[in-house]
Amino acid sequence: MIRAIALRELRSLFFSPLAWLILAVVQILLAWKFLSLIELFYQLQPELVKINNAPGVTDLIVAPLFDFSKILLLMIAPLITMRLISEEKQNGTLPLLFSSPLSMTQIVLGKYLGALLFFSLLIIQISLMPLSLLLGTELDMGKFAAALLGQFLTISAFIALGLYLSCLSPQPVTAAVITYGLLIMLWIINIAGNTEAGQTNFFNYISMNQHSLQMLRGIVHTSDIAYFVLFSLLFIVLSIRQLDSQRLQH
Amino acid sequence: MYAVHFLIVFCPMSSTLIDAQHLHRYYADTHAVNDVCIELRQGDILGLLGPNGAGKTSCMQMLCGSLAPSSGQITIKQFDLLEQPAQAKRHIGYLPDKPPLYHELTVDEYLNYVARLRKVSKASIAAQRNKSKQQCGLSQHGKKLIGHLSKGYQQRLGIAQAIIHQPDIIILDEPTVGLDPIQIREIRELIGELGALHGIILSTHILPEVQAVCNRVQMIHQGRSLFNKSMQQLRQSNRVLLQLEQPIDVVELEKIPGVDSAQALNQQQYLLDGEQLQDSLAEISRYCVEKNWGLLKIQLQENTLEQIFISLSSGDATTHDEDAA
Repeated sequence: MIRAIALRELRSLFFSPLAWLILAVVQILLAWKFLSLIELFYQLQPELVKINNAPGVTDLIVAPLFDFSKILLLMIAPLITMRLISEEKQNGTLPLLFSSPLSMTQIVLGKYLGALLFFSLLIIQISLMPLSLLLGTELDMGKFAAALLGQFLTISAFIALGLYLSCLSPQPVTAAVITYGLLIMLWIINIAGNTEAGQTNFFNYISMNQHSLQMLRGIVHTSDIAYFVLFSLLFIVLSIRQLDSQRLQH
Repeated sequence: MYAVHFLIVFCPMSSTLIDAQHLHRYYADTHAVNDVCIELRQGDILGLLGPNGAGKTSCMQMLCGSLAPSSGQITIKQFDLLEQPAQAKRHIGYLPDKPPLYHELTVDEYLNYVARLRKVSKASIAAQRNKSKQQCGLSQHGKKLIGHLSKGYQQRLGIAQAIIHQPDIIILDEPTVGLDPIQIREIRELIGELGALHGIILSTHILPEVQAVCNRVQMIHQGRSLFNKSMQQLRQSNRVLLQLEQPIDVVELEKIPGVDSAQALNQQQYLLDGEQLQDSLAEISRYCVEKNWGLLKIQLQENTLEQIFISLSSGDATTHDEDAA
């Protein structure tokens, strides 16, 4: 059942121009960034040779590229997640799900996985560019895998938050606005922490950016993974509860 | 799937499909559904009748689990809807007041998806899909986008999704709203056909529709169930219209055996009331002839839904309260 909902979600996405446009625009923007990074690397190369234990291609091209793509994902995620539940509310298709022999958990997980599948495709598409470097040079595959994992965990958290807000709001656009607000807040919240020494730890821990940066550097901490997994789980459970309570009040 | 089909066909006619007891539903301070009981048996086509905003839609949403009742119990084929929702909902096909369609899918894709949701086994999805398409006259439209279908066909597709898993219970919320007269007739015929094998609840505020397709009527007004009778009981009447050539004193008419009271409508027409009058038309006419009153016309006054509907919803509710289930 979960799979049927997830595949329907994905199918509907690709029947609208939205999915294709997103894939295309992201690819163009990242290609531009990718080329400029390669250019920069060529300019720096003579200097790098002189340094002992200098940063390699992975540090100078792959990490900045993924850092940039995270920002793009943050801008795209609300566009995809806003429709998940609230569009069904608007179109009057939610009664179909409610009157079918499904639990709320199955509905929410189906929706979540549908969006996650789309973003997995996007991440695979993004990672093809740095992988093309393998034709001419070597990559640090460990660091690459860590960065990829970071992208995946980050987007899972984005989707979970967006899904919950889509359950909450009756119109997709409201869901998108609130999702943007909260995601950006979570992204930059550590800026406040850095000014006062005492609060640094707390705000740094809350900030999403801080956790995903670690993985871009190739450092996979259990605490970072736990942060994203717990974050996603929290909002999935909240979504289930919210959808369930929707049948109670009106 | 075959086993399920077997059950549907050979179930005894009297088995209870839905048993909803004392449903209440509040929206903030509004008591939208107030102590409504609904029972549906195999072979029933139950019409939920009521003016707009009477609570029909809320009742139907509660019966199919998309709205939780504030209090009350709903049993569907021995499964409690609140405690075993998955088993109970398998037996329900529901068409909400707005058909739940995804406009970007084709008819076939949509029906496949619904069949998956309703747990139709993978092997029989294609067969079930084709069957429900054929029943709803959609066989030619499988490849069409739902967004390109006319409203009448979208409504048919709404019914097709409700019957794709061969449910025992079909709940249709205003199935003929917004259709042209020919489409309305076709949908009514379809409901009649489906009624032979499934138990159907349909809501409407169109009286002829109930008279055309239903065999039981439940009237809901301001959240209360006012009236619950079979169409046969409904038509039964104990009022006779008598037209005589010459004016007669009402007291004389009350002497006719079986007549409890009489009233004059004008110089020639009289209404007689009595408990068993529908069986004694012959006796009354014989009596009139013997008295030489010049009998011109004698007619049983059948109750029409319209009379009942208007008398009930204009506040004259107390007279029928004892009939409410």
